[in-house]
Amino acid sequence: MADARAHGDHHPALQHHFEDLEQQFEASGLGMWVFLVTEVMFFGGLFMAYIVYRTWYPEAFAEGSRHLDVTLGGTNTAVLIASSLTMAMAVWAGQQGSRKWQVIYLALTLLFGLGFLGIKAVEYAEKFRDHLVPGPGFEWHGAANPANVQMFYSLYFAMTGLHALHMIVGAGLIIVLMVMAAKGRFTREWSTPVEVGGLYWHFVDIVWIFLFPLLYLIERHY
Amino acid sequence: MGGPHLVPVRVYVAVFVALLVLTAVTIWVAFQDFGSWNAPMAMGIAVVKGTLVVLFFMHVRYASRLTQVTAAAGFLWLLILFAFGMSDYLSRGWLPFPGK
Repeated sequence: MADARAHGDHHPALQHHFEDLEQQFEASGLGMWVFLVTEVMFFGGLFMAYIVYRTWYPEAFAEGSRHLDVTLGGTNTAVLIASSLTMAMAVWAGQQGSRKWQVIYLALTLLFGLGFLGIKAVEYAEKFRDHLVPGPGFEWHGAANPANVQMFYSLYFAMTGLHALHMIVGAGLIIVLMVMAAKGRFTREWSTPVEVGGLYWHFVDIVWIFLFPLLYLIERHY
Repeated sequence: MGGPHLVPVRVYVAVFVALLVLTAVTIWVAFQDFGSWNAPMAMGIAVVKGTLVVLFFMHVRYASRLTQVTAAAGFLWLLILFAFGMSDYLSRGWLPFPGK
């Protein structure tokens, strides 16, 4: 019964190498941010490539961009922003000690996330149909050099593909969080996994906030 | 209490509405002709949107200085990558040199 005595005077979620729950939470959040910084640099390489090629081939990028669907891209932006709200609300529900609402908000976040991936799949299917996937089957009948437009679409697929991969990972994380929440693993004092999972989800949202104008909204006015 | 700062729901909703409005604004801007200002405006709006998410949804506004500095460092290094990367690519061909 040594274990019961060891946990007797503090919250069961507190690990023994931390002073208190606050310090433990702080360490978790900081650790997640260090990971997110590596993610910023990971996506950063693609953004760097994008800036270089857009500087070199502005006309090809504008022409390629005009062929993307602003309605679907804009809808997906709104869907992802809504999912970030519900994710933040899942953290909030945990702070209120409401297991039910925490599960509901996580479920809504998952639903929006899957909705985003569904719309993305529709867009990808259109690109395959229209021969806009880089490779031997790529066709371009506009004024710009097809090789340069192909570079735009290479970056489009690399950036949105890596982003979609992060969405799929995020959806998996939310399912795990939902199971944990439904089992009552989180308390008013301790729901750090929801907060840390939320940090990841919001980061993926931010990547899209930049991808949307960079890919869909180049020189739309003519 | 070991957890994120308790943020009032109205703050989350206000951020959500602001993000939607800014999305509409950035789409509107893209269909106007602001000359060479289109791209900076689009990026400016995206930076404001990203900052709102970081500060409120990700609770960085309420986090410790250490977390705030760590988050800012990531974006600072990203800017260093862009600045040094483009100082190379943009300056190529500025100076004539033999054999070219």
